[in-house]
Amino acid sequence: MTHAMTRALCRDCCEMIDVTGSACARCGGARLVAHAEIEHLGIAHIDCDAFYASVEKRDRPELEDEPVIVGHPGGRGVVTTACYIARRFGARSAMPMFQALELCPHATVIVPDMAKYKRVSEEIRTILDAATSIIEPLSLDEAYLDLTDDYRTEAPPAAEALALIARRIEREVGITVSIGLSCNKFLAKLASELEKPRGFSIIGRAEAKGFLAPLSVRKIHGVGAVTARRMEESGLRTIADLQAEPEPALMARFGKFGQRLFQFAHGEDDRQVTPSRPTKSISAETTFHQDTGAAERLREVAGTLSERVAGQLVRKGLAGRSVVLKLKTSDFRILTRSRRLAHPTQRAAVILESIASLIDREADGRTYRLIGVGIGDLGEATAADPTDLFSFAATGAEPRGPRP
Amino acid sequence: MKLVIERGELLRALGHVTSVVERRTTIPILSNVLLQASNQGLQFKATDLEREVLEQAPADVSQPGAVTVPAHVLHDIVRKLPDGAEVEIRRDAEKDRLTLASGQSRFALQTLPPEDFPDLAPGELSHKFEIGAHELKRLIDKTRFAISTEETRYYLNGIYLHTAAQGKQATLRAVATDGHRLAQAELPLPKGATGMPGVILPRKTVHELHRLIEGSEAMVKVGVSPSKARFEIGTVTLTTKLIDGTFPDYARVIPKSNDKALKVDNAEFKSAVDRVSTIASERGRAVKLNISSDKLILSVNNPEGGSATEELGVDYDATPLEIGFNARYLLDIAGQLESDTAHFQLADPGSPTMVKDGSDEGALYVLMPMRV
Repeated sequence: MTHAMTRALCRDCCEMIDVTGSACARCGGARLVAHAEIEHLGIAHIDCDAFYASVEKRDRPELEDEPVIVGHPGGRGVVTTACYIARRFGARSAMPMFQALELCPHATVIVPDMAKYKRVSEEIRTILDAATSIIEPLSLDEAYLDLTDDYRTEAPPAAEALALIARRIEREVGITVSIGLSCNKFLAKLASELEKPRGFSIIGRAEAKGFLAPLSVRKIHGVGAVTARRMEESGLRTIADLQAEPEPALMARFGKFGQRLFQFAHGEDDRQVTPSRPTKSISAETTFHQDTGAAERLREVAGTLSERVAGQLVRKGLAGRSVVLKLKTSDFRILTRSRRLAHPTQRAAVILESIASLIDREADGRTYRLIGVGIGDLGEATAADPTDLFSFAATGAEPRGPRP
Repeated sequence: MKLVIERGELLRALGHVTSVVERRTTIPILSNVLLQASNQGLQFKATDLEREVLEQAPADVSQPGAVTVPAHVLHDIVRKLPDGAEVEIRRDAEKDRLTLASGQSRFALQTLPPEDFPDLAPGELSHKFEIGAHELKRLIDKTRFAISTEETRYYLNGIYLHTAAQGKQATLRAVATDGHRLAQAELPLPKGATGMPGVILPRKTVHELHRLIEGSEAMVKVGVSPSKARFEIGTVTLTTKLIDGTFPDYARVIPKSNDKALKVDNAEFKSAVDRVSTIASERGRAVKLNISSDKLILSVNNPEGGSATEELGVDYDATPLEIGFNARYLLDIAGQLESDTAHFQLADPGSPTMVKDGSDEGALYVLMPMRV
C-alpha cells in the first residue's frame, strides 16, 4: 500500500518537497505546510510576533521565560506590547498599565525604545528586500509582500521565499514572525493571524468563502466599531450574512464601500501591494500626568511636540501646510482643530504659532488628558518657509500685534 | 404689514443686502433679512454681526410693519419672478408667516421676530468725509490682492486705511500685506479725513464694499470711528466693525536703497509671465528672472512638468542679476499697474524688490523673492 505523494513546504529546509507522511523526508522535521494551491499564491502578509517585547527579550535573555510588558509604567501609561507569556495572564496591548499589572503583577515592564525598534525593523526590511521589491510596510512590524511571478524572475516559489525570510529573521535578527500566504492582501492578513506566533498559514481561493463565512464582519478591513454596529443593526453579524446579500443591496446601504464589502465577503480584494506609501501626515502626542486645562501648560507641551514634528519634517525633507491640534478631554472625547497655513512650513515656531491660537480657543475651562500636534498636506520642502518681509526687515523675530 | 413693490426694485435691494448673509450660520436669525415697511417705503437690513448692509426701495405700503424672513430664499424667489411683475408682500400676524404673491404665484415664508434682529449701531463717528466711488474702488483694486488669509496674523486680514503724506501732499493711503508682498495705493486726503484714526477694514468688508461701488460714479460718504466704519453709497449703507489690532509698521519693509533699476513693458511682461508659468502647475512655483544688460529672460523649471523660457527686451544697465518670484504674485502686481511701463527696483536675489507704477507716484508694491 502506498501513500499518496503531495507537494509541501518544509519550513526548516525552506524547500518544496514531495512528502508521503507527516514529516520531511530530508530533515525529518514536522513543520510542513501543505496546500493544494501552495504553488499558485503570491501575496503574503508578514507580522512580527509581539515585536517590541520580542526585541526586548532578545536583548535580555534572562527574561526569556518571564512575562514582559513594553509600555510606559505609572498610573496613566498603556501597554504597547505584551509578550506571549504576559498575554496568558490577560495583558493586552492598549490596556491601561495598572490593569495589566493587576492581571500580571510579576511582569517586567520595559519602557519602549522606539529608536531600537526602528533599527530592528530596518534589519528586517533588508531581509525582505532580498525576496521582492514589492513591499508595503504597514508599520515597524508588519508588511505585505507581492511574490507573484509578475515581479520576480528566476526566484524560488513564493512559499520557499517566505520560509527563507522567516528563518533568516529568526537567525539574523533573533525574533519570530508569522506569515500568511494567499491570493490577496485581505486574505493574506487574515492568514497570518491564524497561527501566531511563528505561524505559516495559507488561505486558498477555493476555501476562501467557506473560511470567511463564520467570521465576524469586524474582520473586514475598514469595518470599525461604528460600521460594525450599523451593520449589526441591519442583521449583518458574520461574513456569511454579507455573502447572502446581492451586491446592489450592499451598495444601496453602504454606498461605494458596499462594493468593497461584497468583494471582501467573497474573498476578493483587488488592492495592489503598494511599495512605500508616501507619508500623509506627521504627528506627535502625549498624555499628561495630570489632566490640565491651563492654556499656558497646553502651549508649553505643544511647543515640545511642535519641535518633534518639525524635526521629523526636516529629517524626511518634507514641509506641511495644514496644522492639526488634537485634544482628548477628561471624559475621553477627542476633538481636533486644524488650520491651513499660507505657506508650507518645516519650522516648529510656525507650527506652534497656529497651534497656540487654536489652543486659546479650546482652553475654556475644560480639562484635557492628551494633546497632539500634527501637520498634513505634506509636500517637498523646496517652497517651505519663504522669508517674510517683516522678518527680513527686522532680521529677527516677526512683529506681533496685541491680542484683541 | 402689507405692501406692493415692483419686482425690479425688490431684486435690486435684495441683491445689495443678501451677499452679506452667511450661507451657513449657527444663529438662525442671521440667515434672515429684516424688512421694515413704513410710509417712506420698504427698508432692508442684513448682517453677519461683523457688518451690516441697509438698503431701501420705493413701495406702496398700505400697512406698516416689520418682519424677518430667510434672505437667500427670498432673493431666489424674486429672481425667478418675471420681469416687471408686481409683488404683494403681507404678514399674517397670527400665523407668523410672510406671504408673497405675484401673478399666479404664492409663497409663504417662515418668519422670526424683528425684535430679535441684531443691530450694529455705528456709535459716534469721529471723522466724516466723501470720496468718489471710482477712487475708492481704485484703492481697493490696487491693494486687496495682498490681504493675508492667514488667521494667525489676524491684523493683516484687511486693508489698512490711514492718513499719510506724499511729499507735501497729505494722502489717504491703503496698504495690504501678507508678509510676502505688500501693496500700497493712495489719494489726496479728502476734506474731513484729517486726523482720522488708522483703520483695518476686514477682508469681507472690502469685498462687500467693492461690490457695492462697482460701476458707480457717485460720491461715497465715509464715516470712521476707532472701532467702526460706515460707507453710504446712494441709498445703501454698509456699516462694519474694524479689525481690532495694530497694523505693523510697514514703512520699514519698503526698500530704501535698491539701486538696480529695470524698466519693462508691463503688458509684454504680464503675458510673458503668464505664458511661462503655464508649466508651473503647482501654485506658488517660482519664475526665474535672469536680468542682464537690456535683456530679461523669464524661465520656469518644473521637474515634473517641463520647462519654459521667454526673452524680453528691457531697459537695464546695472550688474546682471538672477532672482526668483512667485509667478502669481508677479501677475497680481502687473495686473494693477496703470502705466505702460513697470519700474522694478532691485537689490539682490535675497532682498525685497520694489515695483512702481510709471504713472502713479503713490502706488507701490514690495515683493519678497523666492529661492530658485
